[in-house]
Amino acid sequence: MTDLTHLTIADALDGLASKKFSARELTDAHLKKMSALKKLNAYITETPEKAQAQADASDKRRAAGGKVGSLDGIPLGIKDLFCTEGVQTTAGSHILEGFKPTYESTVTTNLFNAGAVMLGKLNLDEFAMGSSNKTSYYGNVINPWKRQGDSTDLVPGGSSGGSSAAVAARIAMAATGTDTGGSIRQPAALTGTVGIKPTYGRCSRWGIVAFASSLDQAGPIARSVEDCAIMLGAMAGHDPKDSTSVEMAVPDFRKGLTGNIKGLRVGIPKEYRVDGMSQEISDLWAKGAAWLKSQGAEIKEISLPHTKYALPTYYIIAPAEASSNLARYDGVRFGQRVPGNSLDEMYELTRAAGFGKEVKRRILIGTYVLSAGYYDAYYLQAQKVRALILKDFTDAFKDVDVILTPSTPSAAFGFHENEGDPVQMYLQDVFTVTVNLAGLPGISVPAGLDAKGLPLGLQMIGRAFDEETLLRSAQVLEKCANFTALPAGV
Amino acid sequence: MSLDSKTVAHIATLARIRVPEADLPGLASELSGIMTWIEQLNEVNTKGVEPMSGVAARDLPRRADVVNDGGDPGKVLANAPEPAHGFFTVPKVVE
Repeated sequence: MTDLTHLTIADALDGLASKKFSARELTDAHLKKMSALKKLNAYITETPEKAQAQADASDKRRAAGGKVGSLDGIPLGIKDLFCTEGVQTTAGSHILEGFKPTYESTVTTNLFNAGAVMLGKLNLDEFAMGSSNKTSYYGNVINPWKRQGDSTDLVPGGSSGGSSAAVAARIAMAATGTDTGGSIRQPAALTGTVGIKPTYGRCSRWGIVAFASSLDQAGPIARSVEDCAIMLGAMAGHDPKDSTSVEMAVPDFRKGLTGNIKGLRVGIPKEYRVDGMSQEISDLWAKGAAWLKSQGAEIKEISLPHTKYALPTYYIIAPAEASSNLARYDGVRFGQRVPGNSLDEMYELTRAAGFGKEVKRRILIGTYVLSAGYYDAYYLQAQKVRALILKDFTDAFKDVDVILTPSTPSAAFGFHENEGDPVQMYLQDVFTVTVNLAGLPGISVPAGLDAKGLPLGLQMIGRAFDEETLLRSAQVLEKCANFTALPAGV
Repeated sequence: MSLDSKTVAHIATLARIRVPEADLPGLASELSGIMTWIEQLNEVNTKGVEPMSGVAARDLPRRADVVNDGGDPGKVLANAPEPAHGFFTVPKVVE
């Protein structure tokens, strides 16, 4: 039998339907590989018993000949930011060590209703704050990719670094991620996988540990655009428990993958040609445009004039919202507690011991920009610039249907690179963060290898709630790029 | 914008995070670096622009005003660090 862990979800669903293999065999193949690849540290908590029980239940459903779900029997990894009933949910933080939710997030509920199997909870940057997975309390995740002839361990991107590494290493057929500033698309780009952040409001945020509520959105990381379409279809949907989740039917994203982009207008934003962009990235971007043109698309240069202000805007808005959201970790109702002589002392000691360096940094920035005397100068100004960034996109989408950009400024980097100055790390999200501020859908597709043999991604951005066009265009790009390289040892 | 140790100590108190005295200068310099970088936002002319708090619809949906959850103190307290007699507990706040 072929190695089941190398199948796409689409192929695995066919194999399950035609009884070539069982859901239990598919799950066991993944569990076995997870044991062999523990050194990647992709999972914080593995749930083999739960996975096998869910796989057996799926096999029973198929044997009974009844209705099966859109992901029936497919083994997935779940980012450890999604609350899972009875299974430890840490958000990558010490402060939530041992926290076992008594409820299930809406997205994982939707996935389980579709028949999905959970292999375990995936590592991430603490509270999803980071672009390298280095801020996790539970240790670094190792990218399965290495530079040619160089054994240096590289980062898998972040914050969904466990998700991207697991999908690339074939220890999950797909994974859930969340994306606040690029946390699905950047790790997907750094691991040769596909990741989509849908439109804000497409997936329910209920039961996802909150970072920045006006920016956070769940989405999948998978190994093909089609698999992302299948995953997103199962994850999305209106949820009365999240007031920002939209009451809108979820289209059949898979059906929308017609391969036809004749007449599609693709925008190339000139402001994304940032200073110091490497020749490799710039060449790949041009190649992407040429591929789409060869398939009948029309390429247009567009302008998004406020692009350079997106990152500083984000680093006011996201920390401000985080400082408020993370106020709940006070040692009273859940999570770790450090005793103190007074209530304030208990709060201060608990939070000092429970949060890591980057999380503290962001809470402090958020507290500062919201504090008396600074609110107007920082927070209000950032909210206004955010409106201008959204307007840039609204104007651009009058002339184009999708936008093509690089996903990241570089390929995967070593654990000691981009260290020292926090701003250097923040720049990882320079191409992805605009999309969160504007609430739009964005997808990263693996498009080629750099000179050292590491994957590079291209990003496509779509109109709000037009994931269908976005996925269709991304699949054409994927076919043209024909990315078939595999990380060594996988 | 340059933040000094005193300001950082003040923010840390507001945020209820204990920061050791010795860490204040380093933190002040890091945060100053970030704030200086952020300050480029002042270049943007935002006169007459409405601030935007998010892309979600401004009119939030309403649900019927009925009890639809609750009555399960066991679940609520399941993850509490030191629950007692069906309550959360904190250090004494009134002498």
